[in-house]
Amino acid sequence: MNISLNITETIQDWLMSMMPEGVASIAAMVSVALIYLIIFAVAGLYLVLLERKVAAWFQLRIGPNRVGYWGLLQTMADALKLVSKELTGTVKADKFLYNLAPYFVIISSLMALAVFPFTKEFQAFDINIGIFFLIAISSVGVIGILLAGWSSNNKFALIGAMRSGVQTISYELSVGLSLLTMVLLTGSLQLSEIVESQKEGWLILQGHVPAIIAFMVYMIAGTAETNRAPFDMVEAESELGAGFHTEYSGMKFAYFFLAEFINMFIIAAIATTVFFGAWLSPFGITESLPWLGVFWFLGKTIVLVFLMMWFRWTFPRLRVDQLLTLEWKYLLPINLVNIVIMAVMVWLNLTIKF
Amino acid sequence: MEKYIFYILSVIIIVFAVASVSSRKMLRSVIYLLFVLCGIAGIYFLIDYNFLAAIQLTVYAGGIIVLIIFSVLLVHHIEMELEMAKVSRKILTGLLCLLGLAVFLYTIYNNDFNVVENQVTTTTYDIGAKLLSYDAGGFILPFEVISLLLLASMIGAIVIAKGRKLNDKNNEAL
Repeated sequence: MNISLNITETIQDWLMSMMPEGVASIAAMVSVALIYLIIFAVAGLYLVLLERKVAAWFQLRIGPNRVGYWGLLQTMADALKLVSKELTGTVKADKFLYNLAPYFVIISSLMALAVFPFTKEFQAFDINIGIFFLIAISSVGVIGILLAGWSSNNKFALIGAMRSGVQTISYELSVGLSLLTMVLLTGSLQLSEIVESQKEGWLILQGHVPAIIAFMVYMIAGTAETNRAPFDMVEAESELGAGFHTEYSGMKFAYFFLAEFINMFIIAAIATTVFFGAWLSPFGITESLPWLGVFWFLGKTIVLVFLMMWFRWTFPRLRVDQLLTLEWKYLLPINLVNIVIMAVMVWLNLTIKF
Repeated sequence: MEKYIFYILSVIIIVFAVASVSSRKMLRSVIYLLFVLCGIAGIYFLIDYNFLAAIQLTVYAGGIIVLIIFSVLLVHHIEMELEMAKVSRKILTGLLCLLGLAVFLYTIYNNDFNVVENQVTTTTYDIGAKLLSYDAGGFILPFEVISLLLLASMIGAIVIAKGRKLNDKNNEAL
């Protein structure tokens, strides 16, 4: 098992000096996992705040502004409230599956975070199938939603879960195929090598027309895969109460809620890595300061997250049949043709490289 | 450390495999099956066969299990439990299982396993090149046969799903 934990090397060397090798490597992994957990729990909370602020801005309101300066502590207070709330449940629910479901969703989204290259050194797990690992992990999360809907013993929750299953299975295809289009350019699935190949220009420039089509398809399918508006059939408030998490309260609800926002971050971060050069700065202006990569990465990701929030407050919700028509009759054929175009382009060396 | 991880994964696989066939609640067995499949993916990760592990997760955990859950959601109610089988059938199944286990163990203990000294991580490039090569040891023929089979089954599925409409038109024509 060759797990290359780049950021842990220094931690591991330090731990190695005071305990045996096996224990030290386990301790290093646990500490990295804890650091990631804390960072992304807090980041998820601030994404919620960002969503509320953006929503307020679009609707000409002020948004949360009471707790802390400019409402900055609002979501922290919400999280504390959720921790202290009672965990309710339905009487005839399948308790085991009911309790298991939130963990599926949150664990699968936290696992995906491990592979992102925030800078050249700040990457926890540089697996050689990078992108494919992300696709594989993201396909597990939907099981949590299906379980939550079924085990709640509530018909609205069940309908929400069914819709979610249909939606995620369909749109996963488009996400995978649009990423595959870009893999044709890089020739590698490993995320660090994908970033390396973008030093000659970000992939969206290298691949010009087909890359832009792939990016548009990816953003549409990615938004649908996170079950966000305009694709939020899963929890359409006006039709299904709160969808699959109607019966959840307190921390278990918070897991679903947090996972939704972390998933949004993941979709944006994949797009940043594959299309916009991850931690590379535009025109290499900060090449001498590699640690600034974190800010470039997060900056690009936040812009894409904002784009997804913009979708949410601009487009009306789709019907189920429109949702499936969009995927199977438009996105998928466009994607397949696009892959062929990209392949021909790479074959004839029509890519733009600086 | 790898040894301990292997034992942990094996225990997970065996315990959940037994739980999967002995549970009387349908959806729970499906979830136990999911854990078994994830455990197998873990073993692939352990032997550094990342590609196969990811395939295992995507196809089995993400695809097939979701489809099974989906069909359970359609036909099964939360209060239903599976019936207990008759005693004679239980005995028969037990004997068949023992027979299968005997064949399996016999094969395992009589096979000389090659121990590889230097483990090499299989890259996607190797898999792709092998899959499309027509030299000796290439897999182009099985690859094409399988794609043909998949195409046939897809057409079959579409025909079955559209069956009634086609028949109506046929009847009118007749």
